[in-house]
Amino acid sequence: MTTQFAGQLEGRPRPFDVVVRLLFRLAAVITIVITVGILLALLLPSIGFFSEVPITDFLFGTRWAPRFADASFGVLPLVTATLWTTFIALVFAVPLGLGAAVLLSEYAHWRVRKVLKPILEVLAGIPTVVYGYFAVQFIQATVLKDWLQLPTGSFSVLAAGFVMGIMIIPTIASISEDALSAVPNALRQGSAALGANRMQTTVRVIFPAAVSGIVAAIILGVSRAVGETMIVALAAGQQARLVANPLEAGQTMTAFIAQAALGDSVVGSLQYDTLFAVGLLLFVITLVVNIISITIVRRVRKAY
Amino acid sequence: MVIHTSVRTGASLPDKPYGQLACEQVDVYYGSFRAVTDVSLAFGINEITALIGPSGCGKSTLLRSLNRMNDLIDGARVEGRVTFMGEDIYGKRVDAIEVRRRIGMVFQKPNPFPKSIFDNIAYGPRVNGIRVDSMSDLVEEALTKAALWDEVKDKLKQSALGLSGGQQQRLCIARTIAVKPDVILMDEPCSALDPIATARIEDLMHDLRREYTIVIVTHNMQQAARVADRTAFFTAQVDEGNGDRTGVLVEYGKTAQIFENPTDRRTEDYISGRFG
Repeated sequence: MTTQFAGQLEGRPRPFDVVVRLLFRLAAVITIVITVGILLALLLPSIGFFSEVPITDFLFGTRWAPRFADASFGVLPLVTATLWTTFIALVFAVPLGLGAAVLLSEYAHWRVRKVLKPILEVLAGIPTVVYGYFAVQFIQATVLKDWLQLPTGSFSVLAAGFVMGIMIIPTIASISEDALSAVPNALRQGSAALGANRMQTTVRVIFPAAVSGIVAAIILGVSRAVGETMIVALAAGQQARLVANPLEAGQTMTAFIAQAALGDSVVGSLQYDTLFAVGLLLFVITLVVNIISITIVRRVRKAY
Repeated sequence: MVIHTSVRTGASLPDKPYGQLACEQVDVYYGSFRAVTDVSLAFGINEITALIGPSGCGKSTLLRSLNRMNDLIDGARVEGRVTFMGEDIYGKRVDAIEVRRRIGMVFQKPNPFPKSIFDNIAYGPRVNGIRVDSMSDLVEEALTKAALWDEVKDKLKQSALGLSGGQQQRLCIARTIAVKPDVILMDEPCSALDPIATARIEDLMHDLRREYTIVIVTHNMQQAARVADRTAFFTAQVDEGNGDRTGVLVEYGKTAQIFENPTDRRTEDYISGRFG
Protein backbone atom coordinates (compact mmCIF):
# COMPACT_ATOMS: atom_id res chain seq x y z
CA MET A 1 0.00 0.00 0.00
CA THR A 2 2.58 2.52 1.09
CA THR A 3 5.14 1.66 -1.53
CA GLN A 4 2.59 2.06 -4.23
CA PHE A 5 2.47 5.82 -3.59
CA ALA A 6 6.12 6.36 -2.77
CA GLY A 7 7.78 9.06 -4.83
CA GLN A 8 4.56 10.85 -5.66
CA LEU A 9 5.63 13.93 -3.75
CA GLU A 10 9.12 14.16 -5.19
CA GLY A 11 10.02 17.35 -6.99
CA ARG A 12 10.21 17.50 -10.74
CA PRO A 13 12.82 19.64 -12.50
CA ARG A 14 11.42 23.06 -13.38
CA PRO A 15 13.89 24.62 -15.85
CA PHE A 16 11.81 27.76 -16.33
CA ASP A 17 11.96 28.55 -12.59
CA VAL A 18 15.73 28.19 -12.64
CA VAL A 19 16.12 30.59 -15.57
CA VAL A 20 13.79 33.17 -14.03
CA ARG A 21 15.60 32.99 -10.70
CA LEU A 22 18.92 33.55 -12.48
CA LEU A 23 17.55 36.56 -14.34
CA PHE A 24 16.27 38.19 -11.17
CA ARG A 25 19.55 37.53 -9.42
CA LEU A 26 21.40 39.07 -12.36
CA ALA A 27 19.24 42.18 -12.21
CA ALA A 28 19.95 42.59 -8.50
CA VAL A 29 23.69 42.10 -8.95
CA ILE A 30 23.92 44.57 -11.83
CA THR A 31 22.16 47.24 -9.76
CA ILE A 32 24.59 46.79 -6.89
CA VAL A 33 27.63 46.70 -9.17
CA ILE A 34 26.60 49.97 -10.82
CA THR A 35 26.07 51.68 -7.47
CA VAL A 36 29.44 50.54 -6.20
CA GLY A 37 31.01 51.59 -9.50
CA ILE A 38 29.63 55.12 -9.21
CA LEU A 39 30.85 55.34 -5.65
CA LEU A 40 34.34 54.25 -6.70
CA ALA A 41 34.37 56.65 -9.64
CA LEU A 42 33.63 59.44 -7.16
CA LEU A 43 36.01 58.25 -4.47
CA LEU A 44 39.19 57.57 -6.47
CA PRO A 45 39.61 61.02 -8.10
CA SER A 46 38.56 62.62 -4.79
CA ILE A 47 41.45 60.91 -3.05
CA GLY A 48 43.77 62.59 -5.52
CA PHE A 49 42.09 65.91 -4.86
CA PHE A 50 42.29 65.70 -1.09
CA SER A 51 45.95 64.72 -1.19
CA GLU A 52 46.64 68.18 -2.62
CA VAL A 53 43.93 70.27 -0.97
CA PRO A 54 43.42 69.85 2.79
CA ILE A 55 39.89 68.72 3.53
CA THR A 56 39.32 71.57 6.01
CA ASP A 57 40.24 74.15 3.34
CA PHE A 58 37.71 72.49 1.08
CA LEU A 59 34.87 72.26 3.58
CA PHE A 60 35.28 75.58 5.38
CA GLY A 61 36.92 77.83 2.79
CA THR A 62 34.77 80.70 1.62
CA ARG A 63 36.35 81.32 -1.78
CA TRP A 64 35.72 79.01 -4.69
CA ALA A 65 38.10 79.73 -7.56
CA PRO A 66 39.53 76.44 -8.82
CA ARG A 67 40.55 77.84 -12.19
CA PHE A 68 42.33 81.00 -11.20
CA ALA A 69 46.07 81.38 -10.92
CA ASP A 70 45.78 81.77 -7.16
CA ALA A 71 43.40 78.83 -6.96
CA SER A 72 41.17 78.46 -3.94
CA PHE A 73 39.02 75.48 -3.14
CA GLY A 74 36.60 76.60 -0.43
CA VAL A 75 33.32 74.89 -1.29
CA LEU A 76 31.07 76.97 0.98
CA PRO A 77 29.90 79.35 -1.79
CA LEU A 78 28.54 76.38 -3.73
CA VAL A 79 26.97 74.93 -0.58
CA THR A 80 25.22 78.20 0.32
CA ALA A 81 23.73 78.45 -3.17
CA THR A 82 22.50 74.85 -2.97
CA LEU A 83 21.04 75.42 0.50
CA TRP A 84 19.25 78.58 -0.61
CA THR A 85 17.69 77.08 -3.73
CA THR A 86 16.66 73.93 -1.87
CA PHE A 87 15.23 75.88 1.07
CA ILE A 88 13.26 78.20 -1.20
CA ALA A 89 11.98 75.27 -3.22
CA LEU A 90 10.74 73.55 -0.05
CA VAL A 91 9.10 76.71 1.28
CA PHE A 92 6.87 76.69 -1.77
CA ALA A 93 6.59 72.99 -2.49
CA VAL A 94 5.85 71.54 0.96
CA PRO A 95 2.71 73.56 1.80
CA LEU A 96 1.38 73.41 -1.76
CA GLY A 97 2.23 69.76 -2.24
CA LEU A 98 0.72 68.68 1.07
CA GLY A 99 -2.30 70.91 0.51
CA ALA A 100 -2.91 69.31 -2.87
CA ALA A 101 -2.47 65.85 -1.33
CA VAL A 102 -4.99 66.56 1.44
CA LEU A 103 -7.47 67.97 -1.05
CA LEU A 104 -7.19 64.95 -3.31
CA SER A 105 -7.24 62.37 -0.54
CA GLU A 106 -9.66 63.82 2.02
CA TYR A 107 -11.90 66.34 0.31
CA ALA A 108 -12.17 65.74 -3.43
CA HIS A 109 -14.84 63.48 -4.86
CA TRP A 110 -13.27 60.35 -6.30
CA ARG A 111 -14.19 61.44 -9.81
CA VAL A 112 -12.31 64.71 -9.34
CA ARG A 113 -9.33 62.85 -7.96
CA LYS A 114 -9.30 60.52 -10.93
CA VAL A 115 -8.92 63.49 -13.26
CA LEU A 116 -6.69 65.74 -11.15
CA LYS A 117 -4.04 63.28 -10.02
CA PRO A 118 -2.78 62.33 -13.50
CA ILE A 119 -2.73 66.02 -14.48
CA LEU A 120 -0.63 66.79 -11.44
CA GLU A 121 1.75 64.01 -12.34
CA VAL A 122 2.18 65.42 -15.84
CA LEU A 123 3.97 68.36 -14.18
CA ALA A 124 6.65 65.88 -13.16
CA GLY A 125 7.20 64.94 -16.79
CA ILE A 126 8.15 68.42 -18.02
CA PRO A 127 11.88 68.49 -18.91
CA THR A 128 13.79 70.56 -16.38
CA VAL A 129 15.41 72.66 -19.10
CA VAL A 130 11.94 74.01 -19.84
CA TYR A 131 11.52 74.88 -16.16
CA GLY A 132 14.94 76.53 -16.31
CA TYR A 133 13.94 78.81 -19.14
CA PHE A 134 10.67 79.56 -17.45
CA ALA A 135 12.63 80.57 -14.34
CA VAL A 136 15.15 82.81 -16.08
CA GLN A 137 12.90 84.39 -18.71
CA PHE A 138 9.59 84.73 -16.92
CA ILE A 139 10.07 84.53 -13.16
CA GLN A 140 13.38 86.37 -12.97
CA ALA A 141 13.16 88.83 -15.88
CA THR A 142 9.43 89.55 -15.92
CA VAL A 143 8.01 88.83 -12.48
CA LEU A 144 10.83 89.73 -10.12
CA LYS A 145 12.41 92.57 -12.10
CA ASP A 146 9.63 94.14 -14.19
CA TRP A 147 6.53 93.57 -12.10
CA LEU A 148 7.87 93.54 -8.58
CA GLN A 149 10.76 95.93 -9.34
CA LEU A 150 13.05 93.97 -7.04
CA PRO A 151 16.76 94.87 -6.94
CA THR A 152 18.11 91.80 -8.66
CA GLY A 153 20.30 90.99 -11.64
CA SER A 154 19.78 88.57 -14.48
CA PHE A 155 19.88 85.58 -12.16
CA SER A 156 18.79 84.83 -8.63
CA VAL A 157 18.55 81.84 -6.32
CA LEU A 158 14.98 82.98 -5.58
CA ALA A 159 13.78 82.46 -9.15
CA ALA A 160 15.64 79.16 -9.43
CA GLY A 161 14.38 77.94 -6.03
CA PHE A 162 10.79 78.96 -6.71
CA VAL A 163 10.62 77.17 -10.04
CA MET A 164 12.37 74.16 -8.55
CA GLY A 165 9.61 74.21 -5.93
CA ILE A 166 7.00 74.03 -8.67
CA MET A 167 8.92 71.15 -10.18
CA ILE A 168 8.85 69.06 -6.99
CA ILE A 169 5.20 69.78 -6.05
CA PRO A 170 3.93 66.75 -7.97
CA THR A 171 6.51 64.51 -6.29
CA ILE A 172 5.47 65.63 -2.83
CA ALA A 173 1.75 65.76 -3.61
CA SER A 174 1.56 62.41 -5.32
CA ILE A 175 3.50 60.40 -2.74
CA SER A 176 1.79 62.14 0.19
CA GLU A 177 -1.58 61.47 -1.40
CA ASP A 178 -0.73 57.79 -1.63
CA ALA A 179 0.25 57.81 2.05
CA LEU A 180 -2.95 59.60 3.12
CA SER A 181 -5.18 57.38 1.00
CA ALA A 182 -3.57 54.31 2.49
CA VAL A 183 -4.86 55.22 5.97
CA PRO A 184 -7.81 52.91 6.63
CA ASN A 185 -11.29 54.41 6.37
CA ALA A 186 -12.09 52.90 9.75
CA LEU A 187 -10.03 55.68 11.34
CA ARG A 188 -11.96 58.38 9.46
CA GLN A 189 -15.24 56.83 10.52
CA GLY A 190 -14.09 56.42 14.10
CA SER A 191 -13.11 60.07 14.24
CA ALA A 192 -16.35 61.23 12.63
CA ALA A 193 -18.38 59.14 15.08
CA LEU A 194 -16.83 61.15 17.93
CA GLY A 195 -18.03 64.41 16.47
CA ALA A 196 -14.82 65.47 14.74
CA ASN A 197 -15.10 67.49 11.56
CA ARG A 198 -13.11 66.70 8.45
CA MET A 199 -10.28 69.12 9.17
CA GLN A 200 -9.82 67.76 12.71
CA THR A 201 -9.87 64.22 11.40
CA THR A 202 -7.31 65.06 8.74
CA VAL A 203 -4.92 67.01 10.94
CA ARG A 204 -5.14 64.95 14.13
CA VAL A 205 -5.72 61.41 12.92
CA ILE A 206 -4.96 60.92 9.23
CA PHE A 207 -1.85 63.09 9.04
CA PRO A 208 -0.08 61.50 12.02
CA ALA A 209 -1.01 58.06 10.73
CA ALA A 210 0.47 58.84 7.32
CA VAL A 211 3.51 60.71 8.61
CA SER A 212 6.13 58.23 7.46
CA GLY A 213 4.91 58.40 3.88
CA ILE A 214 4.66 62.18 4.04
CA VAL A 215 8.19 62.53 5.38
CA ALA A 216 9.39 60.18 2.65
CA ALA A 217 7.68 62.40 0.08
CA ILE A 218 9.36 65.52 1.42
CA ILE A 219 12.75 63.81 1.54
CA LEU A 220 12.38 62.72 -2.04
CA GLY A 221 11.57 66.34 -2.83
CA VAL A 222 14.70 67.48 -0.99
CA SER A 223 16.83 64.97 -2.84
CA ARG A 224 15.46 66.12 -6.17
CA ALA A 225 16.03 69.77 -5.24
CA VAL A 226 19.59 69.18 -4.06
CA GLY A 227 20.41 67.19 -7.17
CA GLU A 228 18.56 69.37 -9.69
CA THR A 229 20.98 70.88 -12.20
CA MET A 230 19.36 72.44 -15.25
CA ILE A 231 17.10 74.93 -13.49
CA VAL A 232 19.84 76.25 -11.21
CA ALA A 233 22.44 76.31 -13.97
CA LEU A 234 20.13 78.47 -16.08
CA ALA A 235 18.43 80.65 -13.49
CA ALA A 236 20.71 80.95 -10.48
CA GLY A 237 23.79 82.06 -12.37
CA GLN A 238 27.33 80.77 -12.66
CA GLN A 239 29.18 82.94 -10.20
CA ALA A 240 30.47 80.97 -7.25
CA ARG A 241 30.19 83.25 -4.28
CA LEU A 242 28.64 83.18 -0.84
CA VAL A 243 24.93 83.85 -1.15
CA ALA A 244 23.59 86.08 1.60
CA ASN A 245 20.15 86.96 0.27
CA PRO A 246 17.82 85.20 -2.16
CA LEU A 247 17.89 87.95 -4.77
CA GLU A 248 21.57 87.32 -5.40
CA ALA A 249 22.93 85.01 -8.04
CA GLY A 250 24.94 81.99 -6.99
CA GLN A 251 26.40 78.79 -8.33
CA THR A 252 25.15 75.56 -6.78
CA MET A 253 27.22 72.42 -6.48
CA THR A 254 25.35 70.78 -9.34
CA ALA A 255 25.67 73.87 -11.53
CA PHE A 256 29.41 73.88 -10.94
CA ILE A 257 29.70 70.21 -11.86
CA ALA A 258 27.77 70.81 -15.07
CA GLN A 259 29.94 73.79 -15.96
CA ALA A 260 33.21 72.04 -15.12
CA ALA A 261 32.26 68.84 -16.89
CA LEU A 262 31.64 70.80 -20.08
CA GLY A 263 34.93 72.65 -19.69
CA ASP A 264 38.38 71.78 -20.96
CA SER A 265 40.08 70.54 -17.79
CA VAL A 266 42.81 68.04 -18.46
CA VAL A 267 41.85 64.60 -17.23
CA GLY A 268 43.72 63.87 -14.02
CA SER A 269 44.51 67.50 -13.30
CA LEU A 270 43.55 69.12 -10.03
CA GLN A 271 40.80 71.15 -11.75
CA TYR A 272 39.41 67.93 -13.11
CA ASP A 273 39.47 66.27 -9.70
CA THR A 274 37.48 69.11 -8.07
CA LEU A 275 34.51 67.87 -10.01
CA PHE A 276 34.58 64.60 -8.15
CA ALA A 277 35.23 66.14 -4.78
CA VAL A 278 32.10 68.28 -5.16
CA GLY A 279 30.21 65.27 -6.48
CA LEU A 280 31.25 63.25 -3.46
CA LEU A 281 30.14 66.02 -1.11
CA LEU A 282 26.76 66.13 -2.88
CA PHE A 283 26.48 62.38 -2.44
CA VAL A 284 27.33 62.58 1.26
CA ILE A 285 24.81 65.40 1.84
CA THR A 286 22.01 63.41 0.20
CA LEU A 287 22.99 60.35 2.19
CA VAL A 288 22.93 62.28 5.47
CA VAL A 289 19.53 63.77 4.63
CA ASN A 290 18.23 60.29 3.97
CA ILE A 291 19.63 58.85 7.18
CA ILE A 292 18.20 61.71 9.24
CA SER A 293 14.80 61.27 7.65
CA ILE A 294 14.77 57.53 8.21
CA THR A 295 15.59 58.15 11.86
CA ILE A 296 12.80 60.71 12.17
CA VAL A 297 10.32 58.40 10.52
CA ARG A 298 11.28 55.53 12.83
CA ARG A 299 10.75 57.73 15.84
CA VAL A 300 7.41 59.28 14.95
CA ARG A 301 6.02 56.41 12.94
CA LYS A 302 2.66 55.13 14.11
CA ALA A 303 1.57 52.05 12.30
CA TYR A 304 -2.15 51.56 11.89
CA MET B 1 -48.58 45.96 5.60
CA VAL B 2 -48.54 43.03 7.94
CA ILE B 3 -44.99 43.77 8.81
CA HIS B 4 -45.72 46.84 10.86
CA THR B 5 -48.75 45.78 12.80
CA SER B 6 -46.81 44.90 15.89
CA VAL B 7 -45.31 48.37 15.94
CA ARG B 8 -48.35 50.37 15.04
CA THR B 9 -50.74 48.71 17.39
CA GLY B 10 -48.39 49.71 20.14
CA ALA B 11 -48.37 46.21 21.50
CA SER B 12 -44.63 46.27 22.01
CA LEU B 13 -43.82 49.89 22.65
CA PRO B 14 -41.25 50.47 25.37
CA ASP B 15 -42.72 50.93 28.84
CA LYS B 16 -40.47 53.83 29.68
CA PRO B 17 -40.95 57.16 27.95
CA TYR B 18 -39.46 56.63 24.56
CA GLY B 19 -39.05 58.83 21.56
CA GLN B 20 -35.55 59.96 22.40
CA LEU B 21 -34.44 58.22 19.21
CA ALA B 22 -36.93 56.98 16.67
CA CYS B 23 -37.39 56.16 13.01
CA GLU B 24 -40.51 57.16 11.13
CA GLN B 25 -41.04 55.43 7.80
CA VAL B 26 -37.36 55.48 7.02
CA ASP B 27 -36.05 54.44 3.61
CA VAL B 28 -32.29 54.33 3.03
CA TYR B 29 -30.93 54.47 -0.50
CA TYR B 30 -27.51 53.88 -2.00
CA GLY B 31 -27.88 55.72 -5.28
CA SER B 32 -31.03 54.26 -6.80
CA PHE B 33 -30.83 51.07 -4.74
CA ARG B 34 -33.18 51.06 -1.77
CA ALA B 35 -31.38 49.14 0.96
CA VAL B 36 -33.96 49.70 3.69
CA THR B 37 -37.66 50.25 3.22
CA ASP B 38 -40.26 51.85 5.44
CA VAL B 39 -38.87 51.23 8.90
CA SER B 40 -40.62 52.74 11.89
CA LEU B 41 -39.51 52.04 15.41
CA ALA B 42 -38.67 53.85 18.61
CA PHE B 43 -35.77 52.99 20.85
CA GLY B 44 -36.33 52.90 24.60
CA ILE B 45 -34.31 55.20 26.80
CA ASN B 46 -31.78 53.32 28.90
CA GLU B 47 -32.61 50.14 27.12
CA ILE B 48 -30.58 47.91 24.85
CA THR B 49 -32.24 47.32 21.52
CA ALA B 50 -30.86 44.60 19.28
CA LEU B 51 -31.28 44.69 15.52
CA ILE B 52 -31.08 41.16 14.17
CA GLY B 53 -31.64 39.49 10.85
CA PRO B 54 -29.88 37.71 8.00
CA SER B 55 -27.07 39.30 5.97
CA GLY B 56 -28.27 41.97 3.59
CA CYS B 57 -31.36 42.83 5.61
CA GLY B 58 -30.20 46.42 6.04
CA LYS B 59 -29.70 46.41 9.80
CA SER B 60 -26.21 47.94 9.67
CA THR B 61 -27.36 50.43 7.06
CA LEU B 62 -30.24 51.46 9.30
CA LEU B 63 -27.89 51.75 12.28
CA ARG B 64 -25.56 54.04 10.35
CA SER B 65 -28.48 56.25 9.38
CA LEU B 66 -29.24 56.85 13.08
CA ASN B 67 -26.22 59.14 13.55
CA ARG B 68 -25.67 60.21 9.96
CA MET B 69 -22.60 58.04 9.43
CA ASN B 70 -24.15 57.31 6.05
CA ASP B 71 -23.29 60.88 5.08
CA LEU B 72 -19.71 59.67 4.60
CA ILE B 73 -20.77 57.25 1.87
CA ASP B 74 -21.20 58.63 -1.63
CA GLY B 75 -24.75 58.36 -2.87
CA ALA B 76 -26.29 57.33 0.46
CA ARG B 77 -29.61 59.06 1.17
CA VAL B 78 -32.29 58.80 3.84
CA GLU B 79 -35.99 59.41 3.34
CA GLY B 80 -38.53 59.59 6.11
CA ARG B 81 -37.63 60.93 9.52
CA VAL B 82 -35.07 59.93 12.09
CA THR B 83 -35.86 61.90 15.22
CA PHE B 84 -33.76 62.53 18.26
CA MET B 85 -35.39 64.38 21.16
CA GLY B 86 -38.22 65.08 18.76
CA GLU B 87 -36.01 66.76 16.18
CA ASP B 88 -35.35 65.40 12.69
CA ILE B 89 -31.61 64.71 12.59
CA TYR B 90 -31.69 65.14 8.80
CA GLY B 91 -33.30 68.58 9.16
CA LYS B 92 -31.81 71.47 7.21
CA ARG B 93 -30.36 73.29 10.21
CA VAL B 94 -29.03 70.21 11.93
CA ASP B 95 -25.26 69.74 12.08
CA ALA B 96 -24.26 66.13 11.44
CA ILE B 97 -21.21 66.61 13.64
CA GLU B 98 -23.36 67.56 16.63
CA VAL B 99 -25.63 64.58 15.92
CA ARG B 100 -22.63 62.24 16.06
CA ARG B 101 -21.42 63.74 19.30
CA ARG B 102 -24.79 63.00 20.91
CA ILE B 103 -25.16 59.62 19.22
CA GLY B 104 -21.86 57.79 19.29
CA MET B 105 -20.85 54.66 17.45
CA VAL B 106 -18.71 51.60 18.08
CA PHE B 107 -17.67 49.67 15.01
CA GLN B 108 -17.42 46.04 14.01
CA LYS B 109 -13.65 46.01 13.98
CA PRO B 110 -11.92 47.85 16.81
CA ASN B 111 -10.51 51.03 15.29
CA PRO B 112 -8.33 52.76 17.88
CA PHE B 113 -6.33 55.69 16.56
CA PRO B 114 -2.58 55.14 16.22
CA LYS B 115 -2.06 57.25 19.33
CA SER B 116 -1.51 56.59 23.01
CA ILE B 117 -4.32 55.12 25.11
CA PHE B 118 -4.70 58.47 26.85
CA ASP B 119 -4.89 60.42 23.59
CA ASN B 120 -7.44 58.01 22.16
CA ILE B 121 -9.82 58.86 25.00
CA ALA B 122 -8.95 62.56 25.11
CA TYR B 123 -9.43 62.96 21.35
CA GLY B 124 -13.23 63.25 21.39
CA PRO B 125 -13.42 65.84 24.20
CA ARG B 126 -10.61 67.80 22.56
CA VAL B 127 -12.11 68.01 19.09
CA ASN B 128 -15.46 68.92 20.59
CA GLY B 129 -13.92 71.68 22.66
CA ILE B 130 -15.32 70.17 25.85
CA ARG B 131 -13.80 72.12 28.72
CA VAL B 132 -12.76 69.97 31.63
CA ASP B 133 -10.82 70.79 34.75
CA SER B 134 -8.77 67.69 34.42
CA MET B 135 -8.45 65.64 31.28
CA SER B 136 -6.82 62.88 33.35
CA ASP B 137 -9.95 62.56 35.48
CA LEU B 138 -12.13 62.40 32.40
CA VAL B 139 -9.92 59.74 30.84
CA GLU B 140 -9.96 57.71 34.05
CA GLU B 141 -13.71 58.00 34.33
CA ALA B 142 -14.28 56.87 30.75
CA LEU B 143 -11.85 53.96 31.07
CA THR B 144 -13.41 52.93 34.38
CA LYS B 145 -16.90 52.93 32.90
CA ALA B 146 -15.61 50.81 30.04
CA ALA B 147 -14.07 48.36 32.54
CA LEU B 148 -10.60 48.91 31.14
CA TRP B 149 -9.00 51.20 33.73
CA ASP B 150 -7.37 48.51 35.85
CA GLU B 151 -5.75 46.91 32.83
CA VAL B 152 -4.29 50.08 31.32
CA LYS B 153 -3.81 52.56 34.15
CA ASP B 154 -0.05 51.99 34.18
CA LYS B 155 0.43 52.32 30.44
CA LEU B 156 -1.70 55.26 29.40
CA LYS B 157 1.17 56.70 27.38
CA GLN B 158 1.63 53.52 25.38
CA SER B 159 0.17 53.01 21.94
CA ALA B 160 -3.41 51.79 21.89
CA LEU B 161 -2.42 49.40 19.12
CA GLY B 162 -0.52 47.28 21.64
CA LEU B 163 -3.77 46.24 23.32
CA SER B 164 -5.56 42.99 22.58
CA GLY B 165 -8.61 43.03 20.31
CA GLY B 166 -11.04 42.90 23.23
CA GLN B 167 -9.20 45.67 25.06
CA GLN B 168 -9.14 47.74 21.89
CA GLN B 169 -12.90 47.40 21.54
CA ARG B 170 -13.42 48.45 25.17
CA LEU B 171 -11.09 51.37 24.47
CA CYS B 172 -13.32 52.34 21.55
CA ILE B 173 -16.32 52.18 23.88
CA ALA B 174 -14.46 54.30 26.44
CA ARG B 175 -13.57 56.75 23.70
CA THR B 176 -17.24 57.04 22.79
CA ILE B 177 -18.28 57.49 26.43
CA ALA B 178 -15.73 60.28 26.88
CA VAL B 179 -17.73 62.69 24.71
CA LYS B 180 -20.77 62.00 26.90
CA PRO B 181 -23.27 60.94 24.25
CA ASP B 182 -26.89 60.05 24.97
CA VAL B 183 -27.01 57.07 22.67
CA ILE B 184 -24.37 54.50 21.74
CA LEU B 185 -24.77 52.60 18.49
CA MET B 186 -22.85 49.35 18.20
CA ASP B 187 -22.32 47.67 14.85
CA GLU B 188 -21.55 44.02 15.58
CA PRO B 189 -19.07 45.06 18.27
CA CYS B 190 -18.07 41.51 19.16
CA SER B 191 -17.81 39.88 15.76
CA ALA B 192 -14.01 40.22 15.70
CA LEU B 193 -13.57 39.06 19.31
CA ASP B 194 -13.15 35.73 21.05
CA PRO B 195 -15.86 34.44 23.43
CA ILE B 196 -14.15 35.69 26.59
CA ALA B 197 -13.71 39.21 25.24
CA THR B 198 -17.29 39.04 23.96
CA ALA B 199 -18.57 38.17 27.43
CA ARG B 200 -16.73 41.15 28.88
CA ILE B 201 -18.27 43.52 26.34
CA GLU B 202 -21.71 42.08 27.06
CA ASP B 203 -21.24 42.63 30.81
CA LEU B 204 -20.12 46.12 30.04
CA MET B 205 -23.24 46.78 27.97
CA HIS B 206 -25.37 45.77 30.92
CA ASP B 207 -23.60 48.31 33.10
CA LEU B 208 -23.72 51.05 30.47
CA ARG B 209 -27.46 50.65 30.03
CA ARG B 210 -28.01 52.56 33.27
CA GLU B 211 -26.71 55.73 31.64
CA TYR B 212 -27.05 55.25 27.93
CA THR B 213 -29.50 54.15 25.33
CA ILE B 214 -27.83 51.40 23.32
CA VAL B 215 -28.67 50.06 19.89
CA ILE B 216 -26.71 47.02 18.81
CA VAL B 217 -26.58 45.21 15.49
CA THR B 218 -25.65 41.59 15.94
CA HIS B 219 -25.46 38.46 13.87
CA ASN B 220 -25.39 36.43 17.02
CA MET B 221 -28.90 35.60 18.16
CA GLN B 222 -27.72 34.30 21.52
CA GLN B 223 -26.09 37.63 22.08
CA ALA B 224 -29.30 39.48 21.32
CA ALA B 225 -31.15 37.15 23.69
CA ARG B 226 -28.56 37.73 26.41
CA VAL B 227 -28.19 41.48 26.30
CA ALA B 228 -31.18 43.12 24.66
CA ASP B 229 -34.31 44.43 26.33
CA ARG B 230 -35.99 44.72 22.99
CA THR B 231 -35.25 43.09 19.67
CA ALA B 232 -36.12 44.14 16.15
CA PHE B 233 -36.05 41.46 13.51
CA PHE B 234 -35.31 42.49 9.93
CA THR B 235 -35.29 40.51 6.75
CA ALA B 236 -34.53 41.05 3.09
CA GLN B 237 -37.63 41.13 0.99
CA VAL B 238 -37.89 41.08 -2.78
CA ASP B 239 -39.47 44.23 -4.12
CA GLU B 240 -42.33 43.29 -6.43
CA GLY B 241 -41.68 46.35 -8.59
CA ASN B 242 -38.07 45.88 -9.71
CA GLY B 243 -36.99 42.61 -8.15
CA ASP B 244 -34.38 44.24 -5.92
CA ARG B 245 -33.94 42.96 -2.41
CA THR B 246 -34.59 45.47 0.29
CA GLY B 247 -34.47 45.36 4.08
CA VAL B 248 -37.71 45.53 6.03
CA LEU B 249 -38.62 45.43 9.69
CA VAL B 250 -40.57 42.26 10.37
CA GLU B 251 -41.21 42.37 14.06
CA TYR B 252 -40.23 44.46 17.03
CA GLY B 253 -40.89 43.66 20.63
CA LYS B 254 -39.53 42.61 23.96
CA THR B 255 -36.68 40.21 23.48
CA ALA B 256 -38.39 37.42 25.39
CA GLN B 257 -41.49 37.75 23.24
CA ILE B 258 -39.49 37.81 20.00
CA PHE B 259 -37.53 34.72 20.92
CA GLU B 260 -40.22 32.70 22.70
CA ASN B 261 -43.41 33.77 21.10
CA PRO B 262 -42.85 35.51 17.77
CA THR B 263 -46.00 36.67 16.05
CA ASP B 264 -44.59 36.57 12.55
CA ARG B 265 -43.83 33.34 10.80
CA ARG B 266 -40.58 34.70 9.32
CA THR B 267 -39.29 35.64 12.74
CA GLU B 268 -40.06 32.19 14.00
CA ASP B 269 -38.29 30.57 11.05
CA TYR B 270 -35.20 32.69 11.60
CA ILE B 271 -35.09 32.25 15.36
CA SER B 272 -35.46 28.53 15.08
CA GLY B 273 -32.72 28.42 12.47
CA ARG B 274 -34.80 27.48 9.46
CA PHE B 275 -33.19 30.20 7.35
CA GLY B 276 -30.62 32.95 7.51
